[in-house]
Amino acid sequence: MNKRSFTYRIRKDWLRNKALYVLVIPVLVFYILFHYKPMYGAIIAFKDYTPTLGVAKSEWVGFANFTRFFNSIYFGRLIRNTISLSVYNLLFGFPAPIILALLLNEVRGKKFKSLAQTVTYLPHFISLIVVAGMITDFSLTTGLFNDIIAFFGGQRSPLLQNPKLYRSIYVSSSIWQEIGWGSIIYLSALAGVDSQLYEAAQIDGAGKWKQLINITLPSIAPTIIIMFILKTGSLMNMGYEKTILLYNPATYETADIISSHIYRVGLLEQDWSYSTAIGLFNSVINFALLLFTNKMSKRYSETSLW
Amino acid sequence: MKIKRSRGERIFSIFNYLFLTVLMIICIYPVWYVAMASFSKSNLLTQHFGLLLKPLGFSLDAYKKVFQNPMIMRGYANTIFILVVGVTFDLVMTSLGAYFLSRKRVMFKRPIMLLVIFTMFFSGGMIPFYLNLKDLHLTNSHWGLIIPFMINTHNLIILRTSFESIPDSLVEAAQIDGAGHFTILVKVVVPLSKAILAVMILYYGVSIWNAWFWASAIIRTREMYPLQVILREILMQNDVASMSAGAGASDAEAIGMSIKYATIIVATVPILCVYPFLQKHFTKGTMVGAVKE
Repeated sequence: MNKRSFTYRIRKDWLRNKALYVLVIPVLVFYILFHYKPMYGAIIAFKDYTPTLGVAKSEWVGFANFTRFFNSIYFGRLIRNTISLSVYNLLFGFPAPIILALLLNEVRGKKFKSLAQTVTYLPHFISLIVVAGMITDFSLTTGLFNDIIAFFGGQRSPLLQNPKLYRSIYVSSSIWQEIGWGSIIYLSALAGVDSQLYEAAQIDGAGKWKQLINITLPSIAPTIIIMFILKTGSLMNMGYEKTILLYNPATYETADIISSHIYRVGLLEQDWSYSTAIGLFNSVINFALLLFTNKMSKRYSETSLW
Repeated sequence: MKIKRSRGERIFSIFNYLFLTVLMIICIYPVWYVAMASFSKSNLLTQHFGLLLKPLGFSLDAYKKVFQNPMIMRGYANTIFILVVGVTFDLVMTSLGAYFLSRKRVMFKRPIMLLVIFTMFFSGGMIPFYLNLKDLHLTNSHWGLIIPFMINTHNLIILRTSFESIPDSLVEAAQIDGAGHFTILVKVVVPLSKAILAVMILYYGVSIWNAWFWASAIIRTREMYPLQVILREILMQNDVASMSAGAGASDAEAIGMSIKYATIIVATVPILCVYPFLQKHFTKGTMVGAVKE
């Protein structure tokens, strides 16, 4: 009975929505070909992939590629660097746009506010190549950063060659590039706060600070939590693009992260199976982290991704 | 109703404006510096230390060199080709997907939505993606920079949310008139979504304009390089020697600096001209909570 009604529903759905399903076929083909096929391709992590044999026919090797990674001399350094860079980025990069949004929200002059937004969004649109190019140039011994350091009586040095400074340069330039753009989402959440709440609070004699703590922050908390879940979900997923552009052998010690290592071992050295295994390990940890934060958030704040 | 502001609030307000002004200067100054340096006389530039507020002397030599460089012009042409074709494909595909996902009473909508969203949180990784492109013969071709990136799932979800807000009555009226889904999409939904589609053009356009990684990974023929890859050679690998050819050795380095800066400006200006016009629509392009059904 149940089964017949299911096929009946499918037939009815097909009659009703046939044209719609035809429209979505290219989209499905796209997702299968460029997202799910590579996921299938990731099984070479458990194989000894040889291009001439292809994914299916290459020989199985079990977890050999993974144990090779766990025993590699780079393992500890990569995990440490990836997590440190992520945590710094989260610690400083996450609150920055929230604070900017709160400050922008207090600005009364419409023209000034719109100008401030236009200007702070600008770095987001500049390509990473240009940003990295500027950083590289300004960090030279004769570069702008060093001119400023020298002006304040400091010693000139090639900043990008210094492993101790690498993370600060990486994180602060990321904040520079994304602070304005990141604030948009909080500004739109702030625009949705009921202004009657503020009026009522003012009548009750609550000052700005009290209004911030009792009205503004609770109102945008769901947005903050969702963004936080998304950020922690990509904690191990630090992008390789900026790292590849900024690091050099002198700074590998703090700069080399999992994804840039995959790039070198995979694309440059063509150690396909091994690099895929590292990538898969990374993806799985990431996904687990995302599920975990989402679950925690659901339990304690009733806000979640799904 | 205007409430009188307390003294503390006024002080806060002054500091707020001050802080935001400083932030604006920090955001824009590096670009300003680069622009001023690019117009400067190269021999003065190498002797100069510290901030630049205006060009040192005035010279367009660096720009002449940039526009004479066949590789940069080639890169420009390649990027414009990829941009025009790419954004067209991106818009068509994303609209198709968003239209499907915004319909009601469709049995397989949920599973397809899950299929799409899952890709935001899990992927096969860089290497399987690359090997897949090789399998599909998309390496060393501009199509390899267009087809595999036709749909950005974030953009798809944003567009779906926007399509969902179009009143059903309009769609139903068109259906009663005998319009099929494709006609409804083209004649009803798209005209009502111009603002968000403009934002989509900007998002896709900027990401194509600024993309370099996959181009550097899959394209081997130098003549096919997009602008950013050429830019990387010039900026990061100090490949300005060939461009300053003809000048003496010490001049070459001096010219090299301003050529670098001029190249940055030439490659960045097109984008900086477009985005302020679309700024007021950006809040439409946010997607928090949009994943939830």
